[in-house]
Amino acid sequence: MTVLDARAPSGPIDARWDRRRFEMKLVNPANRRKFSIIVVGSGLAGGAAAATLGELGYDVRCFCYQDSPRRAHSIAAQGGINAAKNYQNDGDSVYRLFHDTVKGGDFRARESNVYRLAQLSVNIIDQCVAQGVPFAREYGGLLANRSFGGAQVSRTFYARGQTGQQLLLGAYQALERQVAAGTVKMYPRHEMMDVVVVGGRARGIVTRDLVTGAIEAHVADVVVLATGGYGNVFFLSTNAKGCNTTAIWRAHRRGALFANPCFTQIHPTCIPVAGDYQSKLTLMSESLRNDGRVWVPRGAEDCGADPAKIPEDRRDYYLERIYPSFGNLVPRDIASRRAKEMCDQGRGVGPEVAGVRRGVYLDFRDAIQRLGRQTVAERYGNLFEMYERITGEDPFDVPMRIYPATHYTMGGLWVNYDLESTIPGLFVGGEANFSDHGANRLGASALMQGLADGYFVLPATLGHYLGATKLEKLTAEHAEVRGAVEEVRARVDKLLSIGGKRSPDSFHRELGALIWDNCGMSRNAANLERALRRIPELRAEFWENLAVVGSGSELNQVLEKASRVADFMELGELMCRDALSRDESCGCHYREEHVTPEGEAKRDDAGFQHVAAWEWRGPDAEPVRHQEALEFELVKPVQRSYV
Amino acid sequence: MSDKLNLVLNVWRQKGPKDAGRFVRYEVKDISTHMSFLEMLDVLNERLLAQGEEPIAFDHDCREGICGACGVVIDGSPHGPSKRTTTCQLHMRSFRSGQELTVEPWRAAAFPVLRDLVVDRSALDRIIQAGGYVGVRSGSPRDANSIPVRKEDADLAMDAAACIGCGACVAACPNASASLFTAAKISHLALLPQGQPERRERAIAMVARMDGEGFGHCTNHGECESSCPKGISVDNIARMNREFLAAAAASRRPLGAEAKDDDGGA
Repeated sequence: MTVLDARAPSGPIDARWDRRRFEMKLVNPANRRKFSIIVVGSGLAGGAAAATLGELGYDVRCFCYQDSPRRAHSIAAQGGINAAKNYQNDGDSVYRLFHDTVKGGDFRARESNVYRLAQLSVNIIDQCVAQGVPFAREYGGLLANRSFGGAQVSRTFYARGQTGQQLLLGAYQALERQVAAGTVKMYPRHEMMDVVVVGGRARGIVTRDLVTGAIEAHVADVVVLATGGYGNVFFLSTNAKGCNTTAIWRAHRRGALFANPCFTQIHPTCIPVAGDYQSKLTLMSESLRNDGRVWVPRGAEDCGADPAKIPEDRRDYYLERIYPSFGNLVPRDIASRRAKEMCDQGRGVGPEVAGVRRGVYLDFRDAIQRLGRQTVAERYGNLFEMYERITGEDPFDVPMRIYPATHYTMGGLWVNYDLESTIPGLFVGGEANFSDHGANRLGASALMQGLADGYFVLPATLGHYLGATKLEKLTAEHAEVRGAVEEVRARVDKLLSIGGKRSPDSFHRELGALIWDNCGMSRNAANLERALRRIPELRAEFWENLAVVGSGSELNQVLEKASRVADFMELGELMCRDALSRDESCGCHYREEHVTPEGEAKRDDAGFQHVAAWEWRGPDAEPVRHQEALEFELVKPVQRSYV
Repeated sequence: MSDKLNLVLNVWRQKGPKDAGRFVRYEVKDISTHMSFLEMLDVLNERLLAQGEEPIAFDHDCREGICGACGVVIDGSPHGPSKRTTTCQLHMRSFRSGQELTVEPWRAAAFPVLRDLVVDRSALDRIIQAGGYVGVRSGSPRDANSIPVRKEDADLAMDAAACIGCGACVAACPNASASLFTAAKISHLALLPQGQPERRERAIAMVARMDGEGFGHCTNHGECESSCPKGISVDNIARMNREFLAAAAASRRPLGAEAKDDDGGA
């Protein structure tokens, strides 16, 4: 085991990013066009990075699997984006946002990175407003804010329930401006299949054109991965169907360490599974918990009854009962675990799926009585409509049913302070890296991190890498590059030639259920060990019994899925291994063996105040666990308590 | 009411961009009314794969109505029969058992079919490239609250900016016009102070690119608005026309002429 060095600057925390930037090498504007940069992913991190690097004059190529960069899944974020502007004069500051984020991450994030994120948050809002992002406004014409996710200050900026969409379109428009200017070349409908590493440095990628099937190498001086999270390992999640781990997993197999893979966030307010055909889960903004009351029947005999006919004394408002001071506004991980507990006790509601009712009520009856139908409609009307469209039930008449679903992955490729992975020249931004959220991400901070990385951090640190590194000329004819292309071809041919009986989806569903049951909201050693025995068996079956039809030289969506599921199989195993070896509870990672008397996550700071970063050793070899020690100079670790 | 349906689907199958396409008939049975339309296609595709047949290709991603990737024409209606609903959010409870449906890709010369129900909508990206942005560099802006915006303008801008770029407006239009899409972006930026410096050039360049991509003209049918899953109003097209005319009238050079470096400051 080696101890990893984040190479974060020391000294006063508010001067670290300035100091780092001053130490950086620069690239002369006239020389920038001679440097080629590949950006994979076109969401908030990738789109913003590609646009900004193009503006600076570099020769940029940007790749995405969607038909247009505007479709990246950042677009689906509803709630908002945090920034320490203190426009409300309610006591917010950069330091407070930093403090809240470190604490919210349950002391498993790097202080230097989090402080930089809080500092850049204010620049992000300036940038987005200048681009014409139509944030909500007050009548005086200034920006409106709201409190989000239980924060005590109003620091969240929003554009109705479509903040992610508007921020992404801002980045997308900046990107298309650079495409028109000729500084960025866009490659939509391209899947990244591998990273090319030459002489120990990332020098390009191998892609498959999803329309023609052509497999090609693209060489460059530096590579950025901004390919999002891996929540779809669960099959059912709030991610888009195409979100996948392939880019970061292939980089991991080429030598990039994978940090904290077991840190996955489960969001408490999603629409429950309705049947075994379910393809994805839809999130309902957690702002609903501001006025909705969460309950289940006291006794299992009422679970199938019409909720309107269940009298008050036979209802259990369990969050209000267990957490009298926070009530329905407890943090995401707690609300999620308690909902699972109620359903495990047989007190869930809604349709039975695989013999269990997995849903709890989120009831607006009292809010409608207290505030009036009009006010409730103003606050939540669009969410109620969305719920009704999906379930066919009107929340004004029938209580909503909700259940937790996988939403975000805090784990990802390990990166240093410059967002460079353990492969020199391979940088990672946004949800694809592990850097800023520790063991739990606070609401409205994913958009902030994606844009901080894309607009501000990566453009600076890439410039330094290019200015400070002597790179050999490289063409696609180089033996290492051709070798990487051949490996991708062989893998695609293998997937096409198995000739088995089971579809990629059926393997993916089985894998997802295994991970959800054993490495989901609640984990224990026995279950994790069982999953670690079962996943390799499933993976072996996959490579013997997979069914893919069609050829590799055409648009073939079954082949696309198969290739992604193959990587999820290996990642799922690493998640369970990471969860097993982290023998403590922290944030989202709830080990049943480590619980406080109140039933909350109990950290072991002496044993686990570190980042776990895993090294790939082969498909059937045990990975090696490395560590990055975490030091808390400013925010002193305390036990979270919400009782 | 039963919560299962049996349907007959006539689905457009086309192997590649240069191949001829045709409708193929599929019977689907025991479809839960709680499924989305795309989940119904998933179920059919799993069956086809099990039979060794090639599944139906269709674009989709977020499946929550915001990414704009999905969209098929169902019985002549882009995104199907429900108002303000993308195909991924259309649920099978909107249909009756025994119905026979046709399922086709967006039809427009500017949207060539790539395979089955998948079309190439990159023309929409090129319209944005022509001027659908505010030309500010990362890092140079001033404080966000130094640019006040009237709430009414901000709200109208947001109404227009809600466009998801799915292309249903083009598929719905008898002329396959992209006016609603283009107008939504021109309106969004024309309504805000940030969009003013490039306002004229934007209107002229985006309209020119829209025409150049082979989209038809707007003849005020209004089918675009009624099929738009986000309810983007045709008022935006009126605003685009005003913006275009005003820009053309104020232009110091003939329409279509390239901007030259030395014509500033006249």
